[in-house]
Amino acid sequence: MKYDTIIIGAGAAGLACGTICAQAGCAVLIIDREEQAGGILNQCIHNGFGLRYFKEELTGPEFAYKMVQKAQRSGVELALASTVTGIKKLADGTFEVRVLSAKNGVQHLHAASIVLAMGCRERTRGAIGTAGERPAGIFTAGAAQKLLNREGKLPGKSAVIVGSGDIGLIMARRLRWCGIQVNAVIEIMPYTAGLTRNVVQCLHDFDIPLHLSTSVIRINGKERVESVVAAPLDTSRKPLLQNSFTIPCDSVLFSVGLIPEMELARELGVKVNPLTCGAEVDSMYMTSVPGVFSAGNVLHVHDLVDFVAEEAEYAGKCVIDYLAGCRPVGEYSAINGSNLKYVVPSRFLPSQASRFLFRPTAVYDQAVLKAVANGNEVWHKKLSFVRPAEMIIADIPAGILKNDTTFLLEEI
Amino acid sequence: MKELICISCPRGCHLEIREQGDSWQITGNSCPRGIAYARQEVSDPRRIVTAVVPCKNPEHPFVAVRTDLPCPKAMIPGLLNRLYRTEVKKSIKNGDIVLKNVDNSGISVIVTENI
Amino acid sequence: MIYDTAIIGAGATGAATAYFLGKYRQKTVLLEAGFEVCSGISKANSGIVHGGFHHPADSLKTKLELRGNRLIAQLHRELHFPYLKCGILVVAYSDNELPALQELYQRGLANGIKIEYCSRERLFALEEKLHESAVAGFFVPEGGTIEPYMMVFALVENALKNGVALQCGFKVVSGTRKDGIWHLTAADGREVKARYIVNAAGLYADDVSGALGGESFKITPRKGEEYLLDRTSAGRPSKVIFPVPVKHSKGVLVIPTAGGTTMIGPTAEMVDDKSDTATTAENFKKILHLTRNMVNGISAGDLITSFAGLRPVHESEDFYIAPSQKVPALIQAAGIQSPGLTASPAIGEYIVELLQSSGLTLEEDPEFDGTLPPRLESRNISDKELSELCRRDPAWGNIICRCEKISEAEIIEAVKRGHTTVDGVKFYTRAGMGRCQGGFCSGKVLQIISKHSGIPMEKLTKKGGSSTILAGSLGDLEVK
Repeated sequence: MKYDTIIIGAGAAGLACGTICAQAGCAVLIIDREEQAGGILNQCIHNGFGLRYFKEELTGPEFAYKMVQKAQRSGVELALASTVTGIKKLADGTFEVRVLSAKNGVQHLHAASIVLAMGCRERTRGAIGTAGERPAGIFTAGAAQKLLNREGKLPGKSAVIVGSGDIGLIMARRLRWCGIQVNAVIEIMPYTAGLTRNVVQCLHDFDIPLHLSTSVIRINGKERVESVVAAPLDTSRKPLLQNSFTIPCDSVLFSVGLIPEMELARELGVKVNPLTCGAEVDSMYMTSVPGVFSAGNVLHVHDLVDFVAEEAEYAGKCVIDYLAGCRPVGEYSAINGSNLKYVVPSRFLPSQASRFLFRPTAVYDQAVLKAVANGNEVWHKKLSFVRPAEMIIADIPAGILKNDTTFLLEEI
Repeated sequence: MKELICISCPRGCHLEIREQGDSWQITGNSCPRGIAYARQEVSDPRRIVTAVVPCKNPEHPFVAVRTDLPCPKAMIPGLLNRLYRTEVKKSIKNGDIVLKNVDNSGISVIVTENI
Repeated sequence: MIYDTAIIGAGATGAATAYFLGKYRQKTVLLEAGFEVCSGISKANSGIVHGGFHHPADSLKTKLELRGNRLIAQLHRELHFPYLKCGILVVAYSDNELPALQELYQRGLANGIKIEYCSRERLFALEEKLHESAVAGFFVPEGGTIEPYMMVFALVENALKNGVALQCGFKVVSGTRKDGIWHLTAADGREVKARYIVNAAGLYADDVSGALGGESFKITPRKGEEYLLDRTSAGRPSKVIFPVPVKHSKGVLVIPTAGGTTMIGPTAEMVDDKSDTATTAENFKKILHLTRNMVNGISAGDLITSFAGLRPVHESEDFYIAPSQKVPALIQAAGIQSPGLTASPAIGEYIVELLQSSGLTLEEDPEFDGTLPPRLESRNISDKELSELCRRDPAWGNIICRCEKISEAEIIEAVKRGHTTVDGVKFYTRAGMGRCQGGFCSGKVLQIISKHSGIPMEKLTKKGGSSTILAGSLGDLEVK
């Protein structure tokens, strides 16, 4: 059987992209390793999703349910409990996907295009090299979330949360709502990594202490976690060991960043953007391997699922164009300048309106996002309350930007 | 005096609220939404409560639920303790009611996924 | 039941001894203090199969190291544990190190091993990832890396297959000898009787010797921190890269592990506490700095986890493998630090000789089967075979650990073989050993262990004792 497109991952990105493609009459297969479509949304039982995309406030499972329904109505085929173990590009430019499942064993499926929608994984204690012992009771925030929300199992009775990303904040409230003490949230940066509304509703509501500019320097406990030692950081971000303090706890949850799950794509030869850790994509959200597209958190880590779905819909439209023979010709490049971690996509077509997504690296109350080419400002937009936790979106009409446009962010 | 951070928008205004007789004096806001937020927070703070409840289905030992309306903060612990002891049937769908009109509050708890 | 031999300690030395005793018509019992076999020092080390050039030719260490090196290659073929026989490259990174390099090279020649002195050009031909500062070195092809626990598991599995008994959680607290029979008592009150005892208790060999009335000596831990990099690391060399060694340590190495990751380390620091396996930020910085000047492409961004192991250092700084001079029928096997893992099969063989010369009569068992079937791993078998396996048992098609591509069937197999802790399953199958460190699969792994061992999820541990993973169920705690 041959599909127009095989989408890897049935989370918000895969479902949104698949729906658009199927609505246009494409033969779409979405493959996911879990038994239930919806991805990580299914374990995010809290509310706050969908205000933008569905114009109503939803929980994660509700958002997932609506996405799955839309996809099924559009005629998307879903292969669940199936793991993609490899993707091969064939000589004729189409793709062979190796899928393993309990039901069908090994299958080789063929498609004219591929969409990478695998999402991201959590950075771990091991990856950030937190020193100390290695007892039981150390979890990533998402793993603890899954244990609590899907298995009803408690990861501990008194916890410390390392990192103030949104999952960490959400988990602080969840732990408290399960009767678990939360003794501290510890963040190395001088500001929280999560959204303000989560700081207020998940920490302030419960009087959970938040230690900014503070690092965990050691985990104690031979068998089960007994405590963590934290130290404030000086201006050069070195821990002030003489000011270190010990917080007793029986569990530590790490919420220290997300990394796109790009391993399958790397094996396929997809070029990785070192700034996003996702694929480098052109104006069609196509990677360096023609016919392979990417969207959602595997492309770059978003803060809202609504943006993921919007981006994936756009990528879906590009897949349809690609299948109709469209190729990006005469692309200009976009470069990220000061105070921006990255710009996606890094190429655009000057003849059409483009949406750019940016991750700021600074905290400004008032700022201006500028597009500069050959030393001249060609476009700007004023922004309020810029935070690294909040992605910046810029929709720029056709004909304004020049080649090698550099985007930069300045405080005003 | 009470301090709050307004979450009506990403700006996050730091609000100061002083009781003045029967009313409140609210400062630090940048727009009327700050006033409304502060009034609600000091007079009757409410939250949507989300949780999971035990389910008889062995494939899905727990099912996600939420309150259909924001719930007074003081009610939340009692409601959660009750939910964790409320087992739902094997087959259940989005929108099914788990607890109806909890303690005559007008608030119900509904299922948010299909099993 | 009176055993002929009781081996105290199911690390590499004890496991190898059990394996070799399995060849004879013997009643042997392997006693392990930990919750599962290989839960001490044999689990956490560099996993190097050494080449036989670090110690002088006339030493017992070298004799056992060389013999062990050959035995590992043979056992790898018979028992099918992974052995990456990639060879060892010792590299001098400045002219100052050349005399020491020469000395080591000459030692290798004297020890009769295959060894090739390498010019700078030859070095880079052998390993293009070497740091520019490399000046000269030598190459020893007969060596490489194993996953140490995999070898121990295989040795124990084979020993069990050949009739050896195993008791875990047996922490020897006392031993007395009456009428030629040793009576061993464990902390939990269990008793084992045996004619001969092998003390292979690793870090605690001193305590065990004391409990048996044997020689009084002291084992001091020398800690080594190791850091594991993702299998996609650009810094994975094709050979084990050694610097020119320093006193008490073979230096910090860049190790292509048999499992496919890259390991950098170890440090070497004497510590007081036999349970101190903490890592420190300073040592990570130090190791990173050292190894980045050895091999190109090593990056802190590839770090997936870290651990520390303890080397059991005897006062003599040497292996102490000998019949006790104080009490009869006790073989001491203590101080088995580097190259102890390499030597361990040879040590096991040697201990059997010592038992024999101490009076144990050994009769070969014609039914001895020194092989294990190759382990089926869904990531390593052909599509056709895998589809066939899935038809027979769908668990083969259910990938649980996405990073290392481990199927449910492999985890069930581990549980059936007695691995009921999360670490036990991890070391047996690699599930949870990859880049997400169990972030995605830990819940599923707990479910599978629970289902197939009958142990409730809340009781499952990381590594036995009180290392429970979970703290109860929803509703156990009151929300306030």
